[in-house]
Amino acid sequence: MKTPIYLDNHATTQMDPRVLSAMLPYFTDIYGNAASRNHEFGWAAEQAVDKARKQIADLIGATPREIIFTSGATESNNLAIKGIAEMYAEKGNHIITEATEHKAVLDTCKKLEKLGFRITYLPVMADGLIDLEMLKEAFTDKTILVSIMYANNELGVIQPVKEIGAMCRERGVLFHTDGVQAVGKIPVNVNADNIDVMSITAHKLYGPKGVGALYVRRKGPRVQLTAQMDGGGHERGMRSGTLNVPGIVGLGEACAICHAEMAEESAKLRALRDRLRNKLEAELDEVFINGSMEHRLPHNLNMSFAYVEGESLLMGINDIAVSSGSACTSATLEPSYVLKALGVGDDIAHSSIRFGIGRFNTVEEIDYVADKLIDVVKKLRELSPLYEMVKEGIDLSKIEWAAH
Amino acid sequence: MAYSDKVLDHYNNPRNVGSLDKNADNVGTGMVGAPECGDVMKLQIQVDDTTGIISDAKFKTFGCGSAIASSSLATEWLKGKTVDEALQISNTEIVNELSLPPVKIHCSVLAEDAIKAAINDYRTKQTKRVPVAEAVA
Repeated sequence: MKTPIYLDNHATTQMDPRVLSAMLPYFTDIYGNAASRNHEFGWAAEQAVDKARKQIADLIGATPREIIFTSGATESNNLAIKGIAEMYAEKGNHIITEATEHKAVLDTCKKLEKLGFRITYLPVMADGLIDLEMLKEAFTDKTILVSIMYANNELGVIQPVKEIGAMCRERGVLFHTDGVQAVGKIPVNVNADNIDVMSITAHKLYGPKGVGALYVRRKGPRVQLTAQMDGGGHERGMRSGTLNVPGIVGLGEACAICHAEMAEESAKLRALRDRLRNKLEAELDEVFINGSMEHRLPHNLNMSFAYVEGESLLMGINDIAVSSGSACTSATLEPSYVLKALGVGDDIAHSSIRFGIGRFNTVEEIDYVADKLIDVVKKLRELSPLYEMVKEGIDLSKIEWAAH
Repeated sequence: MAYSDKVLDHYNNPRNVGSLDKNADNVGTGMVGAPECGDVMKLQIQVDDTTGIISDAKFKTFGCGSAIASSSLATEWLKGKTVDEALQISNTEIVNELSLPPVKIHCSVLAEDAIKAAINDYRTKQTKRVPVAEAVA
């Protein structure tokens, strides 16, 4: 077993060697511009792009012409939300999203707010899911778009996408979902799930960085969006710019592998995740799972180790790559807004660790991680005045802390 | 973030971890910070009645590595000092010794506050000269 061990697969994933092999010829031998219609170099590139379009479409139950290539999910989210807002501005100016979205969605919405759009940020319940009743009440006759992520990047919780999509469909409102964490990991079908627009990125599903896609429905309803970059009118006029052929080939191949291996892979990852959870819970008291365990990606675990601060915990496991919701690990010194949105105390957010298990992790690695974490948590609790007080029977919530 | 060798050393081998009898007359306890802010320090000093010198110091800290190192270092520095000398310890000395980056300066401030709170508690006890269980403030 090699260290460091990578368990941060919600941040990014290691590229699958099969994906790299598929990409390599397109850096050197097959270097044409897919938009060159008058010679073989262009045709070969276009053929590769078409194949990738089909591979992506097959994974999500779409048709190839509904796939628009972008530079990644941040661009896809921007294009979807701003593009729809601009296109449908005459119809209405109200957009509904959720408090625990990725910043690429939240900050895009904030930008639109400055331009005169009205945004509803739905809160989430204690399990991280939105309340469909609240969504129902949030619709107005000015609502043009609902943007709710498929699965959350910190908690791994899976939103009731199908029901959200149905509610949108009934009201003639478009439904965009940030599918970054879900696509390739769990079955996603744009028709069964009533999705109109969906963001995808390659590097979260064992593909290369810098390439992504936006699914844009063509029928029932036909979604239109205003391009956010001006240029040669590529991608049905929605996204100009010479196509990143090697990247697109990589995204396509990554999707094809996920499609073929999903059932087996998700069972394997779920077993590893449950093994990690069970070991930690068996050896440590006062550990909590953040977010719904029932509606959750199979490879995610988000746990709080009470009375231990997240950054000090990461220091003790410096040969293991994970993330923490602790303020100290963020640039803003604010604890994770996603955890705060669950209504858990800030202290629980400070004590949280996100594990993202991936294709290349092994049982041996999971056992090593569990053992090391148990060790470090015990050591830090020896150091923790809070743990000492709790063991003495003091109720921490009754103490008047001098906040600073 | 990269930690300085000294922060790593204190984190890996924290000095003077533990608790003193908070009810003893010659023990001063300082508890600063708040769980929702991500750091709580408990720092205790034990003062020799005859010499007025701090004979022992202990800490427990919930917080990041820099907070643990700041309080660990503080206990090292406290031992052997008189109470008045201890009051002279400033957060900038801690920052310099541990090479703390700007975002971690608050950890050193917290350590200085903990020292002052412990001394304040000790002095209050000395004037009252009655054992009181109010260490947790």
